[in-house]
Amino acid sequence: MSRPRTEAEYLARLVPSSVAGIGRRSLLTGVGAGALLGTGLLAGCGSDSGSGSGGDSKEVSVGSNQSDPQPKAVIAKVMDGFKAASGVAPKINTVDHNTYQENINNYLQGKPDDVFMWFAGYRMRFFAAKGLTGDISDVWGKLSGYSDAFRKASTGDDGKQYFVPSSYYPWAVFYRKSVWKQHGYQVPTTIDQFTALGAQMKKDGLTPIAFADKDGWPAMGTFDILNLRINGYQFHIDLMAGKEAWTSDKVKKVFDTWNGLLPLHQPDSLGRTWQEAAQSLQQKKSGMYLLGLFVAQQFGNDEQDDIDFFTFPEIDPAIGAKALDAPIDGYMLARKPKAEANARKLLEYVGSKEAADITVKNDPTTLVANSGADTSGYTALQKKAAELVGSATEIAQFLDRDTRPDFASTVIIPALQQFIKNPRDIDGLVNSIENQKKSIFTS
Amino acid sequence: MSDLPLIQADHAVASPAPTSPSRGGRGRRLRLLSRTDRVVITLMVLVPLLLVVGLVWLPALATVALSGTDWDGIGPLSEIDWVGGRNYADVVGNYPPFVPAMQHNLLWLAALFVVATPLGMFLAVLLDKEIRGSRFYQTALYLPVVLSLALIGFVWQLIYSRDQGLLNAVLGGQTDWYGDPHVNIWAVLVAAGWRHVGYIMLLYLAGLKGVDPSLREAASVDGASETSTFFRVVFPVMRPINIIVLVVTVIESLRAFDLVWVINKGRNGLELISALVTQNVVGEASRIGFGSALATIMLAISLVFITIYLAVVMREGRR
Repeated sequence: MSRPRTEAEYLARLVPSSVAGIGRRSLLTGVGAGALLGTGLLAGCGSDSGSGSGGDSKEVSVGSNQSDPQPKAVIAKVMDGFKAASGVAPKINTVDHNTYQENINNYLQGKPDDVFMWFAGYRMRFFAAKGLTGDISDVWGKLSGYSDAFRKASTGDDGKQYFVPSSYYPWAVFYRKSVWKQHGYQVPTTIDQFTALGAQMKKDGLTPIAFADKDGWPAMGTFDILNLRINGYQFHIDLMAGKEAWTSDKVKKVFDTWNGLLPLHQPDSLGRTWQEAAQSLQQKKSGMYLLGLFVAQQFGNDEQDDIDFFTFPEIDPAIGAKALDAPIDGYMLARKPKAEANARKLLEYVGSKEAADITVKNDPTTLVANSGADTSGYTALQKKAAELVGSATEIAQFLDRDTRPDFASTVIIPALQQFIKNPRDIDGLVNSIENQKKSIFTS
Repeated sequence: MSDLPLIQADHAVASPAPTSPSRGGRGRRLRLLSRTDRVVITLMVLVPLLLVVGLVWLPALATVALSGTDWDGIGPLSEIDWVGGRNYADVVGNYPPFVPAMQHNLLWLAALFVVATPLGMFLAVLLDKEIRGSRFYQTALYLPVVLSLALIGFVWQLIYSRDQGLLNAVLGGQTDWYGDPHVNIWAVLVAAGWRHVGYIMLLYLAGLKGVDPSLREAASVDGASETSTFFRVVFPVMRPINIIVLVVTVIESLRAFDLVWVINKGRNGLELISALVTQNVVGEASRIGFGSALATIMLAISLVFITIYLAVVMREGRR
């Protein structure tokens, strides 16, 4: 998944890219595999049965950002499954998650692996539009078990598919069942019930909403959901694409509503990591927390059954509460893969029911994208999360995946932190964002 | 990072004041050089020159050139659009973190210059007295300089965390050391000073060891007190090392980066020019042009200090 999960991982992102060596490592393997495959591919693509002396055509390289032990092991199992099914041995090049992300630019322009992991959304379309990734519409022709929402999330600006979804996780409001039972709280379905519940929690000595934004991104989730609830999915996506003005009354209303909710949020959020906020929920000091499904990592195994969630309540009845953030992770094809036939075969496999089944069996912290998968192994939390996303009418990918990454990191993060510090000056804030947006989106 | 100035420091102090050789002598020696000597000298000049041009000047000039473009790091150089001074206009007029970053850099410089550097010097003077256990103190004070920045960030996170940190636990407070923009810059300056003091201390200690003991002896024979011996005799004699310490302090405050990056990537009260450059240039879709404009501004500021330093050093050389 996309977020630093541990202090170690957070620190690992600080290693300068030149030292961390994504370029070098993938370059070397890329060149090496290329040299091996260059001859083998031409000779060997005729028949599968030709178990030649070298077996050069039996390789394909995969760039993986799944550097945590558990997801890494899951990927290895999926790749073993591909090897068993096709006889092609995938070579996995795992790079630290954040290093991978920061280097993706150079990586894709250099010698990328044949298949590489990435995210859906604007982030995917951006690189597809720049011609840095391969068209895989033909692979999509062979895939089954994907809803239209996933297909749409895998499609570039030109209408072709560039992405195979593998897993996703929804954002929702999480809480502990035991705490709610003790106080007799009910799941709120409107914003008024939500604020009333928050006020009650305050009276009961709880912090109503755990909140952290030291790393800059968690507050994006709050902005996303408020904008989705107040202005709807299409406006949100257009705003992210730079087509709508941040100075519009619609955006101001989002900040206004947020301002009204801020007193319910945990104070001093700018010095707190999401892990620390999640621990306040785990320690029963906070009543609820709007975050991704990965919040469960901060809970012990014996507490997993005590976690529950609801989708953020409705604000405008005309808009409803059916849209949500559920970022999708998956695979893409390099611009000029060394072993193209094998790479397409691999993409077909990772999008298949078999690969999804392997993931379900081995990873209890994520949801698989393929609806054909056997999900009987899901925990109660996973089942409920899958239902929530299944019933969603529109799925956003999270702010920093739905807009230009440079805009998200250099403008939105400081702006949202500024808002949290000083929630009163909304006009000044949106003017500043709009001016910077114009400068960035025109370049 | 600490090696280079150290070597210079040693060298600067170890070598006696330059005795100006007669011009005729130097010229004659040059003519006496054999062909091999001349080749060796040429190579010795040429190789470092090429390295400096290739690794320092070309990237610096490229940065200046790129600052006039809107390149996003993708695609061939031929597709770069020239936007003139727009990036600079944006930096100054349309980029909220820029002004705080300039202020923080100045504050950083002032804090190191007024507090950390004198403290480092003071500790060096104390340790130079060969008090008992001075090796231990020396190691303890130098330790932060040796630790990796990731580790330092982690150590201070344990101390400063609002909910789970040592400081709030001991003081029983609720101060948001890292999140409150009025507090966090001072919290970080303490952490940065912690590192800087050890660095200056070792530099200065090396300088003090090189001061001719006979000078002190002469001063004490003349009846000078410890304090006046230091300020009237030792301090002026250490002019070269004083300049190096000054330059190191300026450099450290200009490129101050690692700690704020570890803490929150240089946002929310911890803006620094270097962090802003990194935020814009490093990443999946970079604003190389905009980041280069910031880097060029930083380069221009550094040039002021470099010019002053060179002017001082060259005047020294001429004397």
